[in-house]
Amino acid sequence: MALEVQIEKKLLDFVLHVSFRAEAEPLSILGASGAGKTMLLRCIAGLEQPDRGKVTLNNRSFFDSEAQVNTPARQRRIGMLFQNYALFPNRTVAENIGFGLKGLPRDEQSKRIAELIKRTHLAGLEDRYPRELSGGEQQRVALARALAIEPEALLLDEPLSALDTHLRSQIEIQLQETFSTYRRPALLVTHNMEEAYRLGAQLLVLSRGRVVASGGKEEIFQRPPSVEVARLTGCKNISRARAISDHAVEALDWGCTLHLAQPVPLPAGFVGIRAHHIEFVEAAENLGGENTFPCWLVQSSETPFRITLFLSLQQLSSQPQAEGSQLQAEVFKEKWLRFRDKPFPWHARLLAGAVFWMKE
Amino acid sequence: MDWSPLWISIATSVTATVITLFVGLAAAAWREGRKGPAMALVDGLFLLPLVLPPTVVGFLLLLLFGRNGPLGKLFLELGATIVFSWPATVIAATVVAFPLMYVTARAALEQVDPTLILAARTLGASEWRVFREIALPLAWPGVLAGTILSFARALGEFGATLMLAGNIPGRTETIPIAIYFAVEANEMARAATWCFIDVGISLALLAGLYYWTHLQGPGRVRWTRR
Repeated sequence: MALEVQIEKKLLDFVLHVSFRAEAEPLSILGASGAGKTMLLRCIAGLEQPDRGKVTLNNRSFFDSEAQVNTPARQRRIGMLFQNYALFPNRTVAENIGFGLKGLPRDEQSKRIAELIKRTHLAGLEDRYPRELSGGEQQRVALARALAIEPEALLLDEPLSALDTHLRSQIEIQLQETFSTYRRPALLVTHNMEEAYRLGAQLLVLSRGRVVASGGKEEIFQRPPSVEVARLTGCKNISRARAISDHAVEALDWGCTLHLAQPVPLPAGFVGIRAHHIEFVEAAENLGGENTFPCWLVQSSETPFRITLFLSLQQLSSQPQAEGSQLQAEVFKEKWLRFRDKPFPWHARLLAGAVFWMKE
Repeated sequence: MDWSPLWISIATSVTATVITLFVGLAAAAWREGRKGPAMALVDGLFLLPLVLPPTVVGFLLLLLFGRNGPLGKLFLELGATIVFSWPATVIAATVVAFPLMYVTARAALEQVDPTLILAARTLGASEWRVFREIALPLAWPGVLAGTILSFARALGEFGATLMLAGNIPGRTETIPIAIYFAVEANEMARAATWCFIDVGISLALLAGLYYWTHLQGPGRVRWTRR
């Protein structure tokens, strides 16, 4: 069971040019807004027509521009979830779920609807109308409705982004539950990297219509292959870099020399480190230790449990600092309370194993 | 008093409205999702009867349905003469009412959330089922408004009707035509009676329409929600 996609479609300001293969497991497609994610899903579902290419599901060709094949959406049996749920407002929950079951005998329909209502925890809401449900309940109905047609593949277009935090995690659990028994390709499109990581087994990163990274999610998050992917996966610290030895680079934007655990592949490129990988150490014991530098606080920004510290490795002066020269460190507040009152400079350590090399 | 103009007017308007409803809906549904300059021309053509003087519409219909017109010849072969017959009142009323039905139906269909249509397609529904079970029920308040407006317009049709159907009492004499000829014959009382009847029916229709769309709960929710 696999979904093979290789399509090209001209969009307003760029060309969607994507090819990938999704196995019978959840695949997260991560990309910023306007990267072509929704269009990609619609092309797979048959709701939009690509200019060129192929879409094949379980060896059945749904679209092939050369062979002039273009199966209409209604015959593809691909379930789709929309950001705004897209429930039919003039139909009850049960009628929404049963919409795709037309043609089956009545008792078979009610049996399947009842089963799906149980699976998506909607018991008691059968006769409600969509407007009488919360966003989370609505998305569960949409999921049940998509599963009702026993789809050969599931496409989820930002299914959580219209929900508030609490409902979001509930639906996420529901989706994980569904994925665990649904052994077919499931594509989840999102711009939220944490969602992408939690829900997908594999990851595909899309930028301006192109695949910029694909593969195992751990690998992509730990060592993003390019600056673009690093940014999309939430890396805050990126600096231009010049190799000075096999395992050492000069980070040009930050103004320091860093040792890397991995060998440096090219004379020039970029290095990055995630904000929560920057550690603070006591000056006396560690000054001069590996990748440890004196630093000064420029600015800080608080969230309920963590604080982001904007640091400079150079002593602050009245001159404005070059863009990108600051490092962002993220620490739990408990930890921060222990060194917030210490005099500057503090000492920051960028562990060699946490620093990664990237191409442009 | 001869009440035949009332019955003729009602029969004509009802028939014309039913035809307009189906043709207007079909045209609006066909037009949905189509783009391009050719479509702008189509829109213009469909709306033309709304802005043209009724005499122009009447004249063009005469050309079409007259003895030497393409459609007139066709009907003649089938043994029917359209001009100066009751069907002519229906044709004139349908043509002038059509634009109102078309614009309101299109606006109503455009208001339906397009992702609902897409969702229905992924669930295996044919285009006909998508239209009948999703688009049409959701666009229904607008379509109904269009139907009432079309009826009111058909009821008020005068110019084109006079040119195509003439004034044959008991056959093609509708209320507006009866009023015109009553005034011409200086029968002011008769003219006034018909005027009051016409104003009464039209006012009731329009007030009913506004009551239904603005005062009723579900109507109001439907209009503001997308």
